[in-house]
Amino acid sequence: MTELAKLTIEKARDGLRKKTFSSAELTSSCLNAIQQAKELNAFVHDTPEIAIKQATDADKTLSKGDTPSMCGIPIGIKDLFCTKGVASQAASNILQGFKPEYESTITQKLWDSGAVMLGKLNMDEFAMGSSNETSAYGDVVNPWQEANNNKKLSPGGSSGGSASAVSADLCLAATGTDTGGSIRQPAAFVGITGLKPTYGRCSRWGVVAFASSLDQAGPMTKCVRDAAIMLEAMSGHDAKDSTSVDIPVPNFESFLTGDIRGKKIGVPKEYRMDGMSDEIEQLWTEGTAMLKDAGAKIVDISLPHTKFALPVYYVVAPAEASSNLARYDGVRFGHRSSLSLGDGITEMYEKTRAEGFGEEVKRRVMIGTYVLSAGFYDAYYNRARKVRTLIKGDFENVFAQNIDAILTPATPSSAFGLGEMKEVDPVQMYLNDVFTVPVNLAGLPGISVPTGLDKKGLPLGLQLIGRPWEEAEMLNIAYSLESSASFFDKPQKWW
Amino acid sequence: MLDLTYDTPKPTTISGAKYDWELVIGLEVHAQVASKAKLFSGASTLFGAEPNSNVAFVDAGMPGMLPVINEECISQAVKTGLGLNAQINLYSAFDRKNYFYPDLPQGYQISQLYHPIVGEGEVLVYLEPGKAKVVRIERIHLEQDAGKSIHDMDPNTSFVDLNRTGVALMEIVSKPDIRSAEEATAYISKLRQIMRYLGTCDGNMQNGNLRADVNISVCRPGDYEKYQTSQDFSNLGTRCEIKNMNSLKFIQQAIDIEARRQIGILESGGTISQETRLYDPDKGETRPMRSKEEAHDYRYFPCPDLLPLNLKQDWVDNISSNLIELPDQKRLRFATDYMLSDYDAGVLTADLETSKYFEAVAKGRDQKLSANWVINELFGRLKRDTDKSITDSPITHSQLGEIIDLITSSEISGKIAKDLFEIVYTEGGSPSEIVDKRGMRQVSNTAEIENALDIIIRENPNQVTKARENPKLAGWFVGQVMKSTGGKANPKLVNELVQKKLVS
Repeated sequence: MTELAKLTIEKARDGLRKKTFSSAELTSSCLNAIQQAKELNAFVHDTPEIAIKQATDADKTLSKGDTPSMCGIPIGIKDLFCTKGVASQAASNILQGFKPEYESTITQKLWDSGAVMLGKLNMDEFAMGSSNETSAYGDVVNPWQEANNNKKLSPGGSSGGSASAVSADLCLAATGTDTGGSIRQPAAFVGITGLKPTYGRCSRWGVVAFASSLDQAGPMTKCVRDAAIMLEAMSGHDAKDSTSVDIPVPNFESFLTGDIRGKKIGVPKEYRMDGMSDEIEQLWTEGTAMLKDAGAKIVDISLPHTKFALPVYYVVAPAEASSNLARYDGVRFGHRSSLSLGDGITEMYEKTRAEGFGEEVKRRVMIGTYVLSAGFYDAYYNRARKVRTLIKGDFENVFAQNIDAILTPATPSSAFGLGEMKEVDPVQMYLNDVFTVPVNLAGLPGISVPTGLDKKGLPLGLQLIGRPWEEAEMLNIAYSLESSASFFDKPQKWW
Repeated sequence: MLDLTYDTPKPTTISGAKYDWELVIGLEVHAQVASKAKLFSGASTLFGAEPNSNVAFVDAGMPGMLPVINEECISQAVKTGLGLNAQINLYSAFDRKNYFYPDLPQGYQISQLYHPIVGEGEVLVYLEPGKAKVVRIERIHLEQDAGKSIHDMDPNTSFVDLNRTGVALMEIVSKPDIRSAEEATAYISKLRQIMRYLGTCDGNMQNGNLRADVNISVCRPGDYEKYQTSQDFSNLGTRCEIKNMNSLKFIQQAIDIEARRQIGILESGGTISQETRLYDPDKGETRPMRSKEEAHDYRYFPCPDLLPLNLKQDWVDNISSNLIELPDQKRLRFATDYMLSDYDAGVLTADLETSKYFEAVAKGRDQKLSANWVINELFGRLKRDTDKSITDSPITHSQLGEIIDLITSSEISGKIAKDLFEIVYTEGGSPSEIVDKRGMRQVSNTAEIENALDIIIRENPNQVTKARENPKLAGWFVGQVMKSTGGKANPKLVNELVQKKLVS
């Protein structure tokens, strides 16, 4: 019965349209899989009643022959999305018990296109983390394990719950959000496809903000075609988000021809980092060769300001976060500390925020507050903004040379063990995002495609970076890469 | 600028115990933008609603909610800028000002620190007949208002009303061109007048729709002139900012009290520390708002939720060309076209409704007479009537115009006109019908008046004798005729007849 849950969106869509099975059956297959996978700690708020209701409605729609793109497809939703009447806590204690009275634009669009909500997915607290170990719900476990080693691995983060759930076939796809790599890095760690759209492609309305100028929601799916299908359902201008852009949404799936002859693929020399493992190096070389064999032209390119991307990111993102998280003050919703006699508003703020936020969130709020402070603003925040413009300029220069997409590794390593990074310098953790962060700073689309396994038997991914608004082109190149790589491995079920 | 001639007043000198001092004042006026919806949400701005009933999710700082600019507020700010002869910045942007307070749900106020929508401008401030001065505007920026914290409803708990949260404010920042408490209040009144003309702010200070932060410093005579030539602020004293004043009377008091405080400190060898203070009208003192440790670092940075505003020049030009005639222009026009004194022109253009009323009355009628009736009779009557405003006037401009017509056509006398005015004011109705119905029409029939005069002459031989001896006493007969005709006799005719029969 859990077999249906293993389907891709594409296959499930065909089956539903042909009435081979119903959405109700497909949904209950997923609900069963979720029940059996509590050990992964991916789903943190199950919504079976909503799922069954939506599946029944989808079946009615399907029986009328009306089949919107995601009709009857059961998916998981990252806890960062506000879903009406359903706990939406951004994996933080400070939003304990928060059930919004509104539905995020993206999830609403998904329900409008017929998708079925299975529940809310674990993540790093406020999307701050690269290992899913900062969550108030506890760590998410990667369904993958090293060969002959049952040590528990991190699924990456911050969309670790989404990654784990899709990889373990608990749902057909999931929403993720990506501020510095939070879709692409976990996708690479669990062997699935993760796409971050161009900034402004998907509405941020109703998505709990981390760093507003970087945050972008996107699909996390079992294959590139599914990413194309789901992205279309998620995209579109939203008058409620001033940074959402009014630009037509193409039928992304129709661009998936696999024909990339004559396309120019840039390979940036600055992404060849010191101390990068041979395996990543080899993976990248193989990926380059695959695209070349498919008829693309490989061009060596330079993105000279790449080395500044991570420091810039860790100024800009915490700065915005320190301001965005100011609203969690215990006054109107979520956690409020119990106060002692004589405590005033300042004590209420201090106690509430000290109890409600986890260590990593506090660290970033502190960094952000510092870099925006009088006397430090120019040296940090303003300087970071200027360098950000240079980083964006690097990409613009490259695209001006008619480069269609850029190929890089998605992560510097495969999944690491849970707890392994807990004691190290936080900067070590931040280095996970070294390849993904520049894409957010430049507002570009990026996709992580699984292309192979390392010696330990863990998945590795490559990243394609597209031209702004050209997700369709990027998806087609990703589709070609996926076909050439023929990565169909699944984690061995141990949970 | 305008062609009205005026003298700029000399700065007021305050005598301290040791030296003479001068005041330097700059104002930050917070004017609530007249708009139906808030700056970044669709929630209503209606005053006096049930607490927390005009609150959108974004106003309450709910997770994931985003601000969307209300275009109406943008055009109101641009209009205000044009009304203050100011530079309109086609590029402007929003910044976040971060601080914690329960009535600030987002934890930041969205404002415009780095790129305000309006740049430098100027206003002409009238002080007394023939005296006025130009006050330069530094900038106008748009920002969100905060909510209201209520601390006196319960001994243990504070309450918050978010109705005002997110309402659009224009912060109008002046240069330090104001040199006395009187100039400060005259300046605020002028801003208020212009904004009320433009319909961009209702100027209601009681409701808090117009508030001011007052920056005050003192300097020795001559220092300000050094600042003027160099624009170097170090020539001026250290300033203190008195926050959140919403009464002209208190502003005036606070300025005087704060100036005295600063002079006292300086003369006893102390220094002024730059700080924000509050004025306590009950105690008649200003005191610091917060200690140094509590001083805010607002950590301004560009709001990433909003794109910069890029206005099109032709959009601004369109607002500009549809701009209403402003008070200064109107005052000048009234003075020249209606041949009014500058003072009368000022009174009649004090607000738009008055000027409209006056122009409707004066249209096709004697201008001086119309002005007199509006200023003396109507305003006087409205003032006696518990300070009614022109919009509450029970007598319409056409009714008043009709009364004036009856005077100019000699159908009623000026005295009767005043009675008629009172009747129309209190009872309403058509003035000419009332004149007819109540027999108030002036008697201009010579025979009728002569008849009345003859009776009086016959009955008062002694008075006749006296009048013949001393013509000045003939006036007694005029009065008697007026009395016997119930005041309706045309006084000019009566006079002529009395002269003819008794004097010549």
